[in-house]
Amino acid sequence: MVLLTRKTEFSSAHYYWNDAWSQEENQRVFGKCANRNGHGHNYTLEVTVAGEVDPISGFVVDLKQLKDILEREVVRVYDHRHLNLEVPEFAARVPTTENIAIAIWRRLDGKIPNARLHRVRVYEMPDLFADYFGEP
Amino acid sequence: MTTAPVSPNLWASSSPKAYLSRRYRLSASHRLHSDAFTADQNRAIYGKCNNPHGHGHNYVIEVTFGGPVDAVTGMVCDLGELDAFAQTNLLDRFDAMNLNTLDAFRDVVSTTENFTIEVYRIFEQFPGAKLTRVRIEETSNNSFEYPA
Repeated sequence: MVLLTRKTEFSSAHYYWNDAWSQEENQRVFGKCANRNGHGHNYTLEVTVAGEVDPISGFVVDLKQLKDILEREVVRVYDHRHLNLEVPEFAARVPTTENIAIAIWRRLDGKIPNARLHRVRVYEMPDLFADYFGEP
Repeated sequence: MTTAPVSPNLWASSSPKAYLSRRYRLSASHRLHSDAFTADQNRAIYGKCNNPHGHGHNYVIEVTFGGPVDAVTGMVCDLGELDAFAQTNLLDRFDAMNLNTLDAFRDVVSTTENFTIEVYRIFEQFPGAKLTRVRIEETSNNSFEYPA
């Protein structure tokens, strides 16, 4: 079994807000991230898959294929979008780095031929990132 | 634009377990030297790191917390609380210091192995989430993790 990681990037806007709370409560919990005009990040996504090395091709997965899957399932949907307003899974969930990692896992799970999803890592910035391993 | 199909049970599990990592940077000096060894042994074992005047690094301290993602806030832990804890318990104590002068390294050599264990003991006390790992980059070529 070998792990293989593919990296890609997307740039998106978001804010942190819970409709059930007052403005004051949102400010208290989410701080400056609660600004309803939104703000944005250059996100870096690292997707790690686990699989056996094919004896003929020497590949775990075809990287071009993996790149296309990440593009189709994630980048095309998230890049240059407002996550809260334009990406359906964040209509009712705060688009924190943790939730973005979980949502990307669920977008990719079962869609990568010949390999098992091992880890989704999302960097919101170089010094802050979240990992999701599919744990319920 | 059409978006990729999303499973209707995307958030079926209300609090899946994820891991949040935060990196802090601090600069400190140290000298690798053990009183258990002779001067010659110290020079032989620690090499240039045994320079009596010390040397320093820009350390990158990476701490990882694991836990259920809160269904309401979407967070493993409150980043503001974590940053405040790190400021008080890590940066204020270790940044721009000589590690060898600190209590934490009175009885152990100020290697980054020992520094990593010390940082683990510190963040283990953070009340907001469960610490799972500490990783320290001493230079861009050397890094240390605890626990293994």
